[in-house]
Amino acid sequence: MGSLVQSVDWLAIAPPTITAVVALGILVADLFLPEGRKPLLGWIAVTGLVLAGLSLLPLLDGDRSTFCLTGTKAGAGACSYTADHFTLVIQLLVLGGALLTALLSFSDIADSKLPAGEFWFLLLSSAAGAALLPASRDLATLVVALEVASLPAFALVGLRRGDSRSSEAALKFFLSSVTATAVTLLGASFVYAATGTLHLTRIADGLTHVDPRLAVLAEAGVALTLVGFAFKTAAVPFHFWVPDTYAGAPLPVAAYLSVIGKAVGFTGLILVTVVAFPSYADVWAPALAVLAALTMTAGNVAALRQRPDRERSAVRLLAWSSVGQAGYLLVPIAAAGYADDASRAIGSTVAYALMYAAVNLGAFAVAALVARTSPANRITDYRGLYARRPLAALALGFFLLCLAGLPPGVIGLFAKVTVFSAAIDAGLGWLAVVMAVNVVIALYYYLQWTAVLFRGAEAGAEAGTGTGAGTEGQERAPLRTSRSLTAAIALAAVVGVALSGAPQLVLRFASQALL
Amino acid sequence: MQILLAAIVVVPLVGAVAALLPAPPGLKGGNPDQAVLRHGVTVTGAVLALSVALAAGFDHDQPARMQATTDISWIPALGIRIHLGVDGISLPLLVLTALLTFLCALYSYFKMPTGPSPRAFVALLLVLESGTLATFAVLDLMLFFLAFEMVLIPMYFLIARWGGEGRERGAWRFILYTLLGSVVMLLGLLLIGIKGGTFDMVALATDNGSGLSHTTQVIAVLAIGIGLAVKAPMWPLHSWLPDAHTAAPTVGSVLLAGVLLKMGTYGFVRIVLPIAPEGAHAFAPYLAAFAAVGIVYGSLVCLALARSGAKGDLKRLIAYSSVGHMGFVLLGIATLTPTGVNGALFANIAHGLITGLLFFLVGAIKDRYGTSDLDQLSGLTGAALYGRAPRLGGLLAFGAVASLGLPGLAGFWGEMLAMFASFRPADGLSRPAFLTFMVLAGLGTLLTAAYLLVVVRRVCMGGDGDGDGVTPATAPGPDGTLADVRTYEFAAWTPLVALTVIAGLWPAALLGLTDPAVQQLLGGGN
Repeated sequence: MGSLVQSVDWLAIAPPTITAVVALGILVADLFLPEGRKPLLGWIAVTGLVLAGLSLLPLLDGDRSTFCLTGTKAGAGACSYTADHFTLVIQLLVLGGALLTALLSFSDIADSKLPAGEFWFLLLSSAAGAALLPASRDLATLVVALEVASLPAFALVGLRRGDSRSSEAALKFFLSSVTATAVTLLGASFVYAATGTLHLTRIADGLTHVDPRLAVLAEAGVALTLVGFAFKTAAVPFHFWVPDTYAGAPLPVAAYLSVIGKAVGFTGLILVTVVAFPSYADVWAPALAVLAALTMTAGNVAALRQRPDRERSAVRLLAWSSVGQAGYLLVPIAAAGYADDASRAIGSTVAYALMYAAVNLGAFAVAALVARTSPANRITDYRGLYARRPLAALALGFFLLCLAGLPPGVIGLFAKVTVFSAAIDAGLGWLAVVMAVNVVIALYYYLQWTAVLFRGAEAGAEAGTGTGAGTEGQERAPLRTSRSLTAAIALAAVVGVALSGAPQLVLRFASQALL
Repeated sequence: MQILLAAIVVVPLVGAVAALLPAPPGLKGGNPDQAVLRHGVTVTGAVLALSVALAAGFDHDQPARMQATTDISWIPALGIRIHLGVDGISLPLLVLTALLTFLCALYSYFKMPTGPSPRAFVALLLVLESGTLATFAVLDLMLFFLAFEMVLIPMYFLIARWGGEGRERGAWRFILYTLLGSVVMLLGLLLIGIKGGTFDMVALATDNGSGLSHTTQVIAVLAIGIGLAVKAPMWPLHSWLPDAHTAAPTVGSVLLAGVLLKMGTYGFVRIVLPIAPEGAHAFAPYLAAFAAVGIVYGSLVCLALARSGAKGDLKRLIAYSSVGHMGFVLLGIATLTPTGVNGALFANIAHGLITGLLFFLVGAIKDRYGTSDLDQLSGLTGAALYGRAPRLGGLLAFGAVASLGLPGLAGFWGEMLAMFASFRPADGLSRPAFLTFMVLAGLGTLLTAAYLLVVVRRVCMGGDGDGDGVTPATAPGPDGTLADVRTYEFAAWTPLVALTVIAGLWPAALLGLTDPAVQQLLGGGN
């Protein structure tokens, strides 16, 4: 009889652990640092994230797992934490995304006087949860990781004290998210009741021979679990919180939610559908396909209807477009339910998510730059950006074209191609056509924004004389930059350009067995 | 040879980046704007020289073989390879593109369209050139799509920033129509790539559709066909073209008509015919029908625009005439016979030369008069260009006559061959239907002749221009005179005129290149 004590592979769990430990360190350090030295906390956070990212290197073989069940024969081999290739890629995405978010937070913290210690602690805690999630292989760890990633996010959204919009956004986000979590927990408990296990691989086994009397329970469990994750991905009909939350939250937090928040949802969805519920593919695959079609259509149509002169329309547009992008990300997951080789289809989602993370954060970084001089952050504020800040305008144009999938954003184009080919491969022709129409709708508004960047500023003054002299004066003011913001934009742009030159860097995930 | 072809695609891109950087100290002209425009002329000139060298080094005895091939793996995950090569079909289009872009750069050096900085203008022009050349040089379906899309952004900005009246609207229509079509085309290309197991055009053409089921081929041809037909443009998907052309600056119109439209018809010949022959067969009658309607429709619209009092815009008129001419190209392709496809390819080149010339001429007229409205130009009596600017008038008449297909000039052969082929289409296609299309096309040539002669009469002939009561157009010059063709205009236009005559008198030079390649594409790629 073997020991019941599970051995811990500290190296394998290093990425989330380092992040969490640094987060706690910041919380403690915040108590002892004088007010003037608070910016130091940010650099500690950045260092922590870089360290956590570096700790992925020893794991590249992708064959480690820990917290495995020992003892009884039936349970042997089921692990709660696995550092396979899928885990590593998503952890890279999460940590890289958090790093970019951190870089673009510096100036915002200074400008809007956010409490630095709390901000960095919450950001890193959430990142730790998000890094834990792709590695979890049992439902309990999965839900815990999901909550560790989400709870700090509520606080981050509401961090702007005294701003009613920020508080309202946080409340909206909190209430709808908690409901979803409750539903997930209920579903997980049903699944546990039906199969007697929480480990994903064993659930997959167990679901193939459920006691007929428990069949309804198992089905309900599967459906309810999925609902919770669909909420995190902001899929229709769980998307309504997105625009208000993004517009109300501090800008870096909106960027964080749009990338990491989504990555969390997708990772959970992939793990639950492909690893735990493959035998129910005939149920969840069509549902996800319909969900994908609805999500991308709702997001893109709403983005199309954004008025460019409305307050915070830039962030709102990015918010709605991120709903649309979530729809594209769902397509390969749905296709995985039809395809013989699910992991290839999953790879398309991963490749797309990596592309999306880099360029979307880049777009948010430029938005943060512009927001420093035009706090209203309307799309009309971007008029003539090329004349004032050519490099920032070129970068934003590049990011938007990547999101749209047009050359020179080659990586965006090929990421869409992998998604399309996953759909066609799985025989989901109708979904590919719906997506094609959506791509064109999205092209329209991305391109319109891009065109605004390069429009002459003088022409803008002529056309916009009615908007009032106050805003005109603001537009003339030179943009205030900050070094960290520039670094964030440059980092995102370098990643985007490198990927456009060598798309293989991310697209190879689309041809590999990740799980 | 390989390096030549790769350089032809890459040099303009490098040039585009260089155009955005500050000029090196040695090359600064008196004025930075002129320096960057000269940079554009240099780069496009180098590309033209490279493409002429490529044509000279091309093995003319084996035009059906892919030459100067490069084949490097780029994205193994998707099976996408950087596969370049030229054969008798793509070589003339490559040279035409390089030539027209060079002439446009030369023309803009002396006559920069009004708009923002020339720096961006030159960069966009070079990206546009690179994308067009890449479209004709790549042999991978995904790369073809990439190149096809690459021209959109530069063309959009060329129209929207340097265009004339209604440019925003024209640019939007251009890009939205083309995008809508090309996304659908992407689905078709992916379908072929996934079912056929490779994106390589040569391998797929060698299979000749044997690896693809009938249904796959039909769906793929429908999807790809829509994308290409928007670009070509085929009636009734043409409605973006007149707006875009009318609004575009002169060089934009020249490139749009001269080479961008060719990307659509080239795609039909390179992708649809050899890779999905059954699908092409299924849709050929419809394609031919739309083409025939397009021919008649285009010429009827032109006739209406040319009428006195119709407020017809000359640019718009030539744009609509493109719809008619491209109809002949599509008709030739739809016959699925070597004769027809050869005719289509010939008409492609001829249209590029002649319509390029016509847009240059109309642009010059618009610059001189400040309008291209036919009624304003000609008034009641006619603009009398023969009298006031004899060389300009003569060239316009030459362009019009070439465009209406006078034997001995380039416009004749392609359209004659297309009609000839529809007299005897490929086996299995309904002969009576194609006979009807032939008659319609013949009617179209008559109507084309009619409106072009009306245009010549109203613009070139007329009163003596003394202005006694019924002065046609506003007196443009300071003393009421009209500048005749300038030296730089001669430089930009003479090559087009010369090639139009040469292609008309010696069609074998071109047909000898295309025919073996066409025979091979239609006959199974062996």
